[in-house]
Amino acid sequence: MTKLNVNGTIREFDAEDDTPLLWVLREQLGLTGTKYGCGIAACGACTVHIDGEPTRTCVRPVSSVTAKQKIVTIEGLSKNGDHPVQKAWAALDVPQCGFCQSGMIMAAAALLKQKARPSDADIDAAMTNICRCGTYNRIRAAIKVVSKGGDVKSAGLAIDHVGDKA
Amino acid sequence: MSVDTKRRSFLKASAGLVVAFHIPFGEALAQDAPAMPPEVNAWVVVKPDDTIVIRIARSEMGQGTLTGLAQLVAEELDADWSKVTTEYPTPGQNLARKRPWGSFGTGGSQGIRGSHDYVRKGGASARMLLVQAAADEWKVPAGECVAAKSVITHTPSGRKTSYGKVAMAAAKLTPPADIKLKDPKDWKLAGKRLARLDTVKKTTGAQIYGMDLTMPGMLNAAIKDCPVFGGKVKSFNAAAIDKRPGIRKVVQIGDSAVAVIADTWWRAKTALDALPIEWDLGPNAKLSNADVAATLKAGLTATDAVVGHEVGDARAAIGKAVRTVEAVYSYPHQNHATMETMNATVKWTPERCEVWTPTQNGEATLAAASEAAGLPQTQCEVYKMHLGGGFGRRGAVQDWVRQAVAIAKEMPGVPVKMIWSREEDMLHGRFHPTTQCKLTAGLDDKGEITGLHMRISGQSILASALPQMIKDGKDPFVFQGLNAAGPEASIGYTFPTLLVDHAMRNPPVPAGFWRGVNLNQNAVYLESFIDEIAHATKQDPLALRRKLMANHPKHLAVLNAVAERVGWSKKPPKGVFRGLAQTMGFGSYVAACAEVSVNKDGKLKIHRIVAATDPGHAVNPQQIEAQVEGSFVYGLSAALYGECTLKDGQMEQDNFSTYQVMKMDEMPKVETIIMPSGGFWGGVGEPTIAVAAPAVLNAIFAATGKRIRDLPLKNHSLKKA
Repeated sequence: MTKLNVNGTIREFDAEDDTPLLWVLREQLGLTGTKYGCGIAACGACTVHIDGEPTRTCVRPVSSVTAKQKIVTIEGLSKNGDHPVQKAWAALDVPQCGFCQSGMIMAAAALLKQKARPSDADIDAAMTNICRCGTYNRIRAAIKVVSKGGDVKSAGLAIDHVGDKA
Repeated sequence: MSVDTKRRSFLKASAGLVVAFHIPFGEALAQDAPAMPPEVNAWVVVKPDDTIVIRIARSEMGQGTLTGLAQLVAEELDADWSKVTTEYPTPGQNLARKRPWGSFGTGGSQGIRGSHDYVRKGGASARMLLVQAAADEWKVPAGECVAAKSVITHTPSGRKTSYGKVAMAAAKLTPPADIKLKDPKDWKLAGKRLARLDTVKKTTGAQIYGMDLTMPGMLNAAIKDCPVFGGKVKSFNAAAIDKRPGIRKVVQIGDSAVAVIADTWWRAKTALDALPIEWDLGPNAKLSNADVAATLKAGLTATDAVVGHEVGDARAAIGKAVRTVEAVYSYPHQNHATMETMNATVKWTPERCEVWTPTQNGEATLAAASEAAGLPQTQCEVYKMHLGGGFGRRGAVQDWVRQAVAIAKEMPGVPVKMIWSREEDMLHGRFHPTTQCKLTAGLDDKGEITGLHMRISGQSILASALPQMIKDGKDPFVFQGLNAAGPEASIGYTFPTLLVDHAMRNPPVPAGFWRGVNLNQNAVYLESFIDEIAHATKQDPLALRRKLMANHPKHLAVLNAVAERVGWSKKPPKGVFRGLAQTMGFGSYVAACAEVSVNKDGKLKIHRIVAATDPGHAVNPQQIEAQVEGSFVYGLSAALYGECTLKDGQMEQDNFSTYQVMKMDEMPKVETIIMPSGGFWGGVGEPTIAVAAPAVLNAIFAATGKRIRDLPLKNHSLKKA
């Protein structure tokens, strides 16, 4: 059995050493919020945090991660889906199909932790994930909302939230 | 009569329905799986706690149709929007109940424009039933009662009740025959910028896609189809991999594919990668892109063309012209590249076949499952999973479903989830058709156009995907955007003479409906060529268009709106150049202006896009904006990078490393103008894609003097000579 620290819990599982962390998360640990998109670290759908670093897990052998390292997946980013990035995403209705958004949110959360007020160039450099539906502009707007302390109005995008908490 | 008694009597009456709606693992439905909520009608279920479940027949794949259709039903229902949830009825239920939900097809931007009438009537009918039930209970005329936000009020007495309290009684009433819909000017929910109903789950990882499904005892499968189109399996050596951990079975699927079934997908996939397979590469083993291009080129002057649109005698007019302008354009094969690759989970027994899959057409999935399973449709069922992108890939052709059923048949009684690797998904797409187009315009001595001939040569989607729809050798879809009239794309110009014809040339590459379909390349051809004529005759591209569009006021209105917003009459900022494009398709009128710059190294930057859409009625403007922005990502990804090229009979691009797409750093600002003029219903998921490329290509010409006629742009240097 191998052990990993995932979302604050030590988890045990069986997998070959060269199994990518992505597939351990998805198939052994049941954490399917982290997505498979390309298998070559090109799209970023599989992004999680390892000790705070955004990491593309589809090419990361599970044996290269130790139980001392802290892995955080989209499921563990916040207890109630209320991380500032998640709140901004919901407020601006960022996702379309949503498949890339776990990776986008993890990449954005890591960027904002490192740099609370990222410039457009910082955002371009950090957010290299692929979205095929075309949510890039709302992603940029949502990152800026977070950098302005959650000021949704600053995005200038009117969306009526009726009866929900966003 | 207590609520409980009512509940029991309803249960008795509808037991069959309840059983049929029990979905063991369909998460989309499980969220609303109370015991037995009363169905007021096929579209509306109201629970005793006033929760309203609106049934949605079309598939949500990011385009927002789930929310938009719910808005239309809720509007007529006068529902409390904060209590609205949704669920998918199943294709099997639709069949068993004689299609109360109509078509499940989610393509052609049809979600709202193809069903607005009957879904609104569903909502209105349910409201009338609920009001009648309340009136019956109060023993007053229904006409004295009004409904608002799920509350019914008897106006004279002020008595009130809620939908949840009368739903049981309403469910037993006979539906009204005469249903009057609201005037859109009275809408309170439809037409509003409401938040999507499906956002929050997509921010927490809780949204379950087809690929995420798990079931007790489930196995996983990876599959490899012969990478060469038309090739077959000759042999494979299962003994080389069947001792690897977790492997359950190595099987041939059909005559061209091999699948490995294992406990985990990763083990199945890596074993399949290690499996020695010998292919019979078949008749296309040497086929290259150059071969296809040569075949298409020959079609540009061939005599076997089918006429799509003809006004007068364009050939004669061009023959007599003082001057002609001529150009040849081409458009490549492209992959949909949905973020979620094709997948399906199937449980097969000799008596029953169940399929869980992201699909754009649940009924087509049911038909494919039935055929592949060797069972009648009544013994099959399909549970639609949330789609990680569709773009047309998951609709008409259900190739992956047939494979997954064939795999599951090898493991009777065991659910098996088949997932395509990205490589499999790239090599076995249903590709955007490739065509070429030769445009010839005749001009008189004043530079006025006397005739236009557009000869399209190339691939027909229908010939590949739905050959039964080809009549007298004609694929009508080929002429999208170039037709005389009709919602499926009419041309926005009047020429004294016009001939649009098509020489069908089908390479052995499966073609499919790719978001925007044939409007994409047709708009590139026509809108670039109009720009060419404007420059050849020293006319302003906007002025020329306005002259040709005088008889097409709706086309012209969106173009004018774009020109005004972008400030066409004033010069752009220094170093920035503009290009225009307009088209009509999927029922809507669209136009765009791109502002670009090209630096001395030939690097393109797209600074700003202004886009206008007239969809007739705008059901959710903030989601239309999202669709317009997304259309530029999809359309510009295609224009900048999108091509799949043949070498030795197979596609060379097998992942995002070789099939590049647009990312955040290249994304321009998009300003969207939504200008619904009423009186018709158009789609919004696709038409704007078609103006993305030509607007940028025309701006590039303005910036560099280079006319790009062959996409994608990555194959061209924009450096000034």
